[in-house]
Amino acid sequence: MSAAHIQLDRQGRLLHFLTVEGLTPRHLTEILDTAESLRGVAERRVKKLPTLHGKTVVNLFFEASTRTRTTFELAAKRLSADVLNLNIATSSAVKGESLLDTLRNIEAMQCDMFVVRHEQSGAAEFIAHHVKPHIAVLNAGDGRHAHPTQAMLDVFTIRRHKPDFPNLSVAIVGDILHSRVARSLIHALNILGAGEIRVIAPRTLLPAHIETLGVHAFHDPRQGLRDVDVVVMLRLQRERMEGALLPSEAEFFQRYGLTEERLALAKPDAIVMHPAPINRGVEIDSRVADGPQSVILEQVTNGIAVRMAIMSITLGHHARPTAENV
Amino acid sequence: MFIPSSVITVGDAEFLIETLTGQLRELLTRRGITDPALVGIHTGGVWIAERLRQQLGVLTPLGQMDIAFYRDDFSRIGVHPQVRPSELPFDVDNRHIVLVDDVLYTGRTIRAALNELFDYGRPASVLLAVLVDRGGREVPIEADAVGTRLQLPASDQIQLTGPDPLQLRIQVP
Repeated sequence: MSAAHIQLDRQGRLLHFLTVEGLTPRHLTEILDTAESLRGVAERRVKKLPTLHGKTVVNLFFEASTRTRTTFELAAKRLSADVLNLNIATSSAVKGESLLDTLRNIEAMQCDMFVVRHEQSGAAEFIAHHVKPHIAVLNAGDGRHAHPTQAMLDVFTIRRHKPDFPNLSVAIVGDILHSRVARSLIHALNILGAGEIRVIAPRTLLPAHIETLGVHAFHDPRQGLRDVDVVVMLRLQRERMEGALLPSEAEFFQRYGLTEERLALAKPDAIVMHPAPINRGVEIDSRVADGPQSVILEQVTNGIAVRMAIMSITLGHHARPTAENV
Repeated sequence: MFIPSSVITVGDAEFLIETLTGQLRELLTRRGITDPALVGIHTGGVWIAERLRQQLGVLTPLGQMDIAFYRDDFSRIGVHPQVRPSELPFDVDNRHIVLVDDVLYTGRTIRAALNELFDYGRPASVLLAVLVDRGGREVPIEADAVGTRLQLPASDQIQLTGPDPLQLRIQVP
């Protein structure tokens, strides 16, 4: 709850974007509407807006990521910000530098925004607590906790195809237990009043008391996928196999993988989503991933506009004469 | 101390639209521009641009711009929470553009709109049409066609409501 608290100013405006939890429909709708306005920028002659001209955005990645980092970088550049990419996962840990020391060092480079990915839950919030007041912090994924920009690009993509949220049925399939994507998406869908959220997973990959998040749990996709409007497949983290949570990739695909036959159980115009990168033949069949109902690549495109929206909204709320903060 | 404010409804803005249409028609004829493209600046400018488009018989669909991301006061006030998509449903390259806004004041909005317009392409020319020029310029920008000129104290607010009917209101503190 404290993450929800620290990311808002006294007027309830977003200063940081750490978690979807605790936000209002108004917050999320403002992000989605702003992203809608930014979507057309990529189709213009000049794919750039002057909004963050003169600002410096630091991608602070303590955990490997290509796609998320790249779309954050592109989002910042399309808003005319300067971007610094720091993959400090191993190097500083090896040198014994603490997170706070790393932070102070980068702060001394006079930055305006930190985009943080870390394998520890709560890392982005910790940084938001300790940065200077003019710096905005965005969570690009922290442990199993949250991945709020992914959730926003997912609901943005859903809204473009299925705007009638009260009558919407969404199924999230796969490793719910370890998924920050699933957690953030469930919160976002609930806040926006989605009609029904289902999670479909083996018992070993479902958190206990998942129903308290306002979802219906299914263990059999034949029941869970019936008549849904949206199917969100999660990436199966291969390292989970070693923890004896799953027998094998092949068996997972056989029981839960999204095939054309299983997709046929959903509504005929259902869309298929995936946060990418996909494991072909593990959680999703290539014919579905590349098929007409797949919006997986559209999610990537939308991710840029959504991240541009979140960057300009949060940095805009830090707006004030700069001298007093330096 | 509470000072009651009063709202003067200047009234129906239709006669101003007529004046503006007449001026613009004459200007376009003089320049030999037969197929201009109109671009309205959100929100009032879009309403006026659509009226002008109909009255001038322009076939090119209306362009709309929300200049929120181009404003020069982001570091003071941030992004407007109700920004709308900009849409220019024609090729800007080599087109004669008529940029339309409701009130011309400091000129900063037009500066932003010109910057945005040129990010879509290289127009052949740009004309500026405004319903009201209230003076008070802070940058060197002037309109080519003007519905009316008003000299108002800085504390007065002028606002166009619409789109149907289009009404001009002046709020005096």
